[in-house]
Amino acid sequence: MKIIATYNIKGGVGKTAAAVNLSHLAASGGMRVLLADLDPQAATSFLFRVRPRVKGGGAALIRGSRDLDKAIKGTDFDGLDLLPADFTFRNLDLILDATKRPTQRLVRLLRPLKASYDVVFLDCPPGISLLSESVLYAADLVLAPIIPTTLSLRTLDQLTEFIGGLDGHRPAVLAFFSMIDRRKRLHKEIAERLPAERDDVAATAIPALSMIERMAVERSPVTAFAPRSAAARGYAGLWAEVRARLG
Amino acid sequence: MSVYPHNFAYTDSERPVPTVVRDALAPRFSVVPAARARTLRRTWLDTFDWRLHRAGLTLECVAGRGPAKLVLSGTAGERITATVNGTRWPVLAEGLPRGPLQDRLKGLTAVRALLPAAKAASTVSEFRLCNTDDKTVAWLTVDLLHPAQPSAEDPPARLSLTAVRGYQAQADRIAQCLAAQPGMFRGAPPPLDAVLATVGHAPGEYTNKVDVELSATMPAQTALAAVLLRLLDTLEANVAGTIRDIDTEFLHDLRVSVRRTRTALKLGAGLLPDGLAAEYRPEFKWLGDLTTPTRDLDVHLLGFAAGAAGLTSADPADLAPFHDYLAQRRTTEQRRLARALRSARFTALTAAWRSALTSLTPPRRGPDAAHAAARIIGRAHRRVLTRGGAIGAGSPPEQLHDLRKRCKELRYALEFFASLHDPPVRRRAVRELKGLQDCLGTYQDCQVQQQEIRAVAADLLACGVPAATLLAMGDLASHVGQRERRARSEFSGRFATFASREARARFAVLAAGARS
Repeated sequence: MKIIATYNIKGGVGKTAAAVNLSHLAASGGMRVLLADLDPQAATSFLFRVRPRVKGGGAALIRGSRDLDKAIKGTDFDGLDLLPADFTFRNLDLILDATKRPTQRLVRLLRPLKASYDVVFLDCPPGISLLSESVLYAADLVLAPIIPTTLSLRTLDQLTEFIGGLDGHRPAVLAFFSMIDRRKRLHKEIAERLPAERDDVAATAIPALSMIERMAVERSPVTAFAPRSAAARGYAGLWAEVRARLG
Repeated sequence: MSVYPHNFAYTDSERPVPTVVRDALAPRFSVVPAARARTLRRTWLDTFDWRLHRAGLTLECVAGRGPAKLVLSGTAGERITATVNGTRWPVLAEGLPRGPLQDRLKGLTAVRALLPAAKAASTVSEFRLCNTDDKTVAWLTVDLLHPAQPSAEDPPARLSLTAVRGYQAQADRIAQCLAAQPGMFRGAPPPLDAVLATVGHAPGEYTNKVDVELSATMPAQTALAAVLLRLLDTLEANVAGTIRDIDTEFLHDLRVSVRRTRTALKLGAGLLPDGLAAEYRPEFKWLGDLTTPTRDLDVHLLGFAAGAAGLTSADPADLAPFHDYLAQRRTTEQRRLARALRSARFTALTAAWRSALTSLTPPRRGPDAAHAAARIIGRAHRRVLTRGGAIGAGSPPEQLHDLRKRCKELRYALEFFASLHDPPVRRRAVRELKGLQDCLGTYQDCQVQQQEIRAVAADLLACGVPAATLLAMGDLASHVGQRERRARSEFSGRFATFASREARARFAVLAAGARS
């Protein structure tokens, strides 16, 4: 079981869109996939039409009084299950802080699912917190969407520095350009230059497309409702790169 | 991912299933077609004696668009699939594509071929059942089966409702709504059962066992006639498969039915009207003799690979001309047998025999089944004890062969009257008898095979086969000889067990009384 976290310190960069579409592509390809919506905003749960509610809330899950397995819901897609978000996930940091070895907690909770899933996607809220440390400790690969601006690149550096400074397990990082505006010269220039210079940046970039925004209307992955669109093709290219990294 | 399904049978042909489901679930749940209905050609496969069904398995060949798929499913949730391309039925498991499915089937089916048990076209429609958020909470599969047999009526529509993971409560609610609909019944039978039921059959019907339910007080003649009719049914059930040479067990079962019939005619002659047994015994001997050459060659060929693998000084490949020779002879003998089974003599024999048995009127006076069973079993048992006891180290093979026949008579007598006896006592007695029979069977088979090897060696020598083949046959004969000597040396021990005081006591119980 491989664990992929879509994560960035910065918010609104396309983490959820990536997690939703890549998990759908993985399941369509025959993998058994779990997508965990760790963000209390519950955008992923909304996109899959699943009520953002976990019995007992985040505390029950983290403390182990409720089996993770029992909180999982099937999506409308074969092979793709969802751990829905819950509003109490806003307190996950506090809940984790009250446990022993908080950074190892998430990986321990996921361990019993090893036989049931080939890949787990963790859709994380932005920021650096105890939860993000826990996610980084659990993940095999951190998939970090970045907008091709100087500030965003700085956050990528911050992320790699942060991971580099972690004790013990350090996940691989693969950044990809997201929400690219082809009309902006700076976007184009950075998106072309950086993958050639850095091997932790994917060659595939996801453009800013209205089709991706339409996901919220369709409440479905773009790879499902518009599988031949440029957006879906972009995610398919990115998924091919991710799979190659996972080996 | 989903959890256990709810199954329904829907018998009302007036209202189409989607309409019924929509009306039953509105407004809390909506029904959305998931894909276009697809038509599949389904062929259920099993051995003639239902080995897969008895093992709790169902094998199905499903053909639609693209290559056909074999699906093996078990009652315990087991599921193995394989793609088949151009496989024609019947086929032995060895003829299936290599892989987990073939591996699973090989051991179960052994020498029996897989043949179609039922055929049907199946129109499958899938529906998503959604809540008010348009989230799928359950999947509904509607399967309309159309049996291939034109005379058969379509079985009721089959509905299978499967909850999406995490939505079992909603699916249960949906199931409750559906169950309340007129014409909807919970718990549809498996599709194979449903298709067979339309033509008045059920899986697992055939067995080569003498499963006749007798009562201790019924007239012995009626009991014997029931046994003989059952044997005739089995015999006739195996004729077509023997003629088509589907697998070697058709002939085996046919031959056993003939032998059992001959035994019943011999041991129960006095219970039948005067002259009836005497009239039919020669005819059934003719039939039994007809089957011997092919069956002997079958036994030889079925054990050929194991025998060849055990060669010590020769290469198994050197035996190829010998194998080909046996196979060729078997083809000739099988043709001869098939001709005889298609002959007017055979047809007349079975028809007249059935008519004779069904027109029997029970005599006003005569023993009841329990007394007849006790006498027949007691006499057969004594015969085995006397003849076996007379066999010593220097006794000729013919004496052991004769004993083997008497053992078979005793075994068949136990089978005929099995329903009159306590199963544990009978099973124990049969186990001891079987131990003796196996030993005598091995001894006899080895003798036949050695004679065969010698006779064939002379023929092959005249045909100019390589010397290596003859040497390998010599090696094979030597191994068969070793097995024969081993069986011969085991005989006294096996017989001693059979003739022990405890075993005699068990037979005394069987011979003395029967359950009423």
